Amino acid sequence: MKEDDKPGRPGSMQTEVTQRKPRGRLGREVQNKIGQQLRAMYDDVVNDGVPDRFVDMLRKLDEEKKDEGSAA
Amino acid sequence: MTLTPSLKEAMLSAVPSLRAFAISLSGNIDRADDLVQETLLRAIANIESFQPGTNMSAWMFTILRNLFRSEYRKRRREVEDTDGSYAESLKSHPEQASRLEFQEFRAALAKLPPDQREALILVGASGFSYEEAANICGCAVGTIKSRVNRARTRLADLLSIEGSEDFGPDQTARAIMAAGGRG
Repeated sequence: MKEDDKPGRPGSMQTEVTQRKPRGRLGREVQNKIGQQLRAMYDDVVNDGVPDRFVDMLRKLDEEKKDEGSAA
Repeated sequence: MTLTPSLKEAMLSAVPSLRAFAISLSGNIDRADDLVQETLLRAIANIESFQPGTNMSAWMFTILRNLFRSEYRKRRREVEDTDGSYAESLKSHPEQASRLEFQEFRAALAKLPPDQREALILVGASGFSYEEAANICGCAVGTIKSRVNRARTRLADLLSIEGSEDFGPDQTARAIMAAGGRG
């Protein structure tokens, strides 16, 4: 939370009233829960692996290149 | 730097996490796959600017993120309805309870400002360090840290997570009502 300690720019008269919640920082437990959910959601997609369309796309690009090469 | 087979391999092996990142950003599988495809094409076209020995995945994340940003600016209005379309496209999950949690979590994530969402995903799910995430987003490390903190706080609010409570059916119901009520 170092951000909060940064002094405002000296020139600015308007001091933004930041809402400092007294309970501010989240507990380790809450952070862990959010982290677990986030990774579960993310890994669900990661576990799909590489869809064929991308492998095919790269292969096609290769073939096009070869064709160009032999035509030249 | 030319496109060697090993670079191509590295590109392909970045695809699964690029897709996960893209889906988290766009909330839509089809758009995510288009983003990944465009990212691959750009990466191939610009392979000379890739620094050998650096992290291919981080480089591609940067490309994808910038593509998404420019697209997002163009279609801001369209992007607003992200949660619904993703929820529909979710493949059925063996455990219904956790599927419901996924949807809830996804809906809450979609409500975060894009800056906060991407920072949280990069650090919390993609496994990048704060420094790497800062490079990908083109901002200071401190900015990433504060975005991640704000994202977590907001998510905890949206999902009604209290420190001592668990994700029970009550929280689930509340989160759904909260998510639905504001739409």
